Amino acid sequence: MVRKSPAAAFPAASRTRMDGERVFDLAVYALSGLILIVVLYPLLFVLSASFSDPQKVLDGEMWLLPAGFTLDAYKEVLGYEGVWRSYGNTLLYTGVGTAVNLLLTTLAAYPLSRRDLPGRGLLMFGIAFTMFFSGGIIPTYLVVKDLHLVNTFWAMIVPTAIATYNLIVMRTYFQNGIPWELQEAALIDGCSNTRLLASVILPLSKPILAVMVLFYAVGHWNSYFNALIYLRDENLYPLQLVLRQILIVSQSSVLDDAGFGMAEKLLMGESIKYALIIVASIPVLLLYPFVQKHFVKGVMIGSIKE
Amino acid sequence: MTSSPERQEALSDPRRAASGTGTSEARRLRRRIAARYDLYLMLALPLLWYLIFQYGPMYGVQIAFKDFNPVKGITGSDWIGFDNFERFFSSYYFGRLLWNTVSISLLRLLIAFPLPILLALLVTEIRSDRFRKLLQNVTYIPHFISAVVIVGMLELFLDPRTGIVNLLLQAAGGQPVSFMESAGWFKTIFIGSNIWQNMGWQSIVYIAALSGINPQLYEAAKMDGASRLRRLWHISVPGILPVIVIMLILDVGSFMNIGFEKILLMQNNLNKGSSDVIQTFVYTNGILKGDYGYSSAIGLFNSVINFALLVLINGYARRKAETSLW
Repeated sequence: MVRKSPAAAFPAASRTRMDGERVFDLAVYALSGLILIVVLYPLLFVLSASFSDPQKVLDGEMWLLPAGFTLDAYKEVLGYEGVWRSYGNTLLYTGVGTAVNLLLTTLAAYPLSRRDLPGRGLLMFGIAFTMFFSGGIIPTYLVVKDLHLVNTFWAMIVPTAIATYNLIVMRTYFQNGIPWELQEAALIDGCSNTRLLASVILPLSKPILAVMVLFYAVGHWNSYFNALIYLRDENLYPLQLVLRQILIVSQSSVLDDAGFGMAEKLLMGESIKYALIIVASIPVLLLYPFVQKHFVKGVMIGSIKE
Repeated sequence: MTSSPERQEALSDPRRAASGTGTSEARRLRRRIAARYDLYLMLALPLLWYLIFQYGPMYGVQIAFKDFNPVKGITGSDWIGFDNFERFFSSYYFGRLLWNTVSISLLRLLIAFPLPILLALLVTEIRSDRFRKLLQNVTYIPHFISAVVIVGMLELFLDPRTGIVNLLLQAAGGQPVSFMESAGWFKTIFIGSNIWQNMGWQSIVYIAALSGINPQLYEAAKMDGASRLRRLWHISVPGILPVIVIMLILDVGSFMNIGFEKILLMQNNLNKGSSDVIQTFVYTNGILKGDYGYSSAIGLFNSVINFALLVLINGYARRKAETSLW
């Protein structure tokens, strides 16, 4: 068999090697393509189904692109007060929560990054220890309850004010990303530690601040468990808890209010769920292309051992 | 205001400051602390938070050994020794809870742990820069989707009447399956969707480690006639072994914490036989039924096993692989 390939110019042994390379490349691309499809398809399916006539989805007519394009599901979702209210709550929890996270994490990470801080090792141990051992759900719940935070706005903010992993990532950045000589020079010139942090360190730390905002904000946006245990009042519910009721527990007034017949209700219910998933995930996914570089950087900083 | 010579002294090499003896050493330490009082001020609020919200619960976990009475409070309640633990160990559910927790965790270590490593190796073997970036960026996306949405998607896709999976099954002549209400399918679905969601994200660390391997090693191996598969096996894998060991320690160190928030979302009465794990049991008994002492004991049992495993694997790794967390 004569094949026109660069390998033809080489002796036989080398040719088999080139063929081996080619098979290898082929396998790499085939496998990558498969992974790409497996990850992407469910996401595209949900997106398309949310814009499709539910009957067509059920009949299997929709397999990739929307079939029988309609915005009905979105109209239903947006007409439901509970979705709006919880969306607002989540925005608030995410905004205030992230601001508090950022403040406390910075206040902890900077001093702990200073190699000249007496007692640093001990404090770091005390903090890192909590990553591997904790009192558990119930004792934590009792602390929050004793502080009268249960069923208040602050239950969504205060118990999660610091994530130790993020603190360590930030400290690692301060330690390795900002030259110690620079800080030392500023201090010898009579700059106070507070001013050093505010006017030297923070302006140099924009990348890590971006990473922190993203890590914390996505965490707030996506979390449901704290709301489940700490909140009773539906007016305080975040989006994820309302989503849980509709998507998983399937007890929801969106479907009851709609005033459809049984079959219609079932159908409409399905496409409302698809639309809800999109509505709930859109802020994070829209932001994603712009911020993914920072995310990756954050993980890499986190993986550096000091 | 701090006088400037003191400040200068305090800023000088800490080793020199520490080399003094006796009282002068103590005085120097005091000075070093005084010169950094504002650093401690910054730390005050975060440390207070750690004290209340991390160490507070560790103090409160003593109710595991008490007959907890909310009126008497944590310290006022009566000690009952290991009664809560004994009640748990002799409970009808104990065997099932332990088995589900351990088996899900083992499945995770055996299946979900190696896949991100394989994905990272695959990604670095892609020659086209654009395709490599595409694969990376796409596989990271699911990480940002909430657990509620993931489980919601599973419900939609796997619904016995309307889900696409069952529609396909029926089109192929099969019978519809109630996947989400089946104990037999629970672990497969849980682990499978975890892999789908996190494989890409977890591969980042390994990709970073792979990019740090000296390219000359590959060149030299190429000159010696090593195939790409051999280079992968003899250069790439050993090159990232320390990172693999660290990630393995972390994974074993959370052996008993198996993403119960998602399990709780997937749990229903029909699949409880395989979805009931220690932490969901803590939630049901503690938060829903208000049995605080008993469920704190169960939670503590979980944490202690977890911590013991972490210490063991870390010690083992330090001796065998010379890599460890501390």
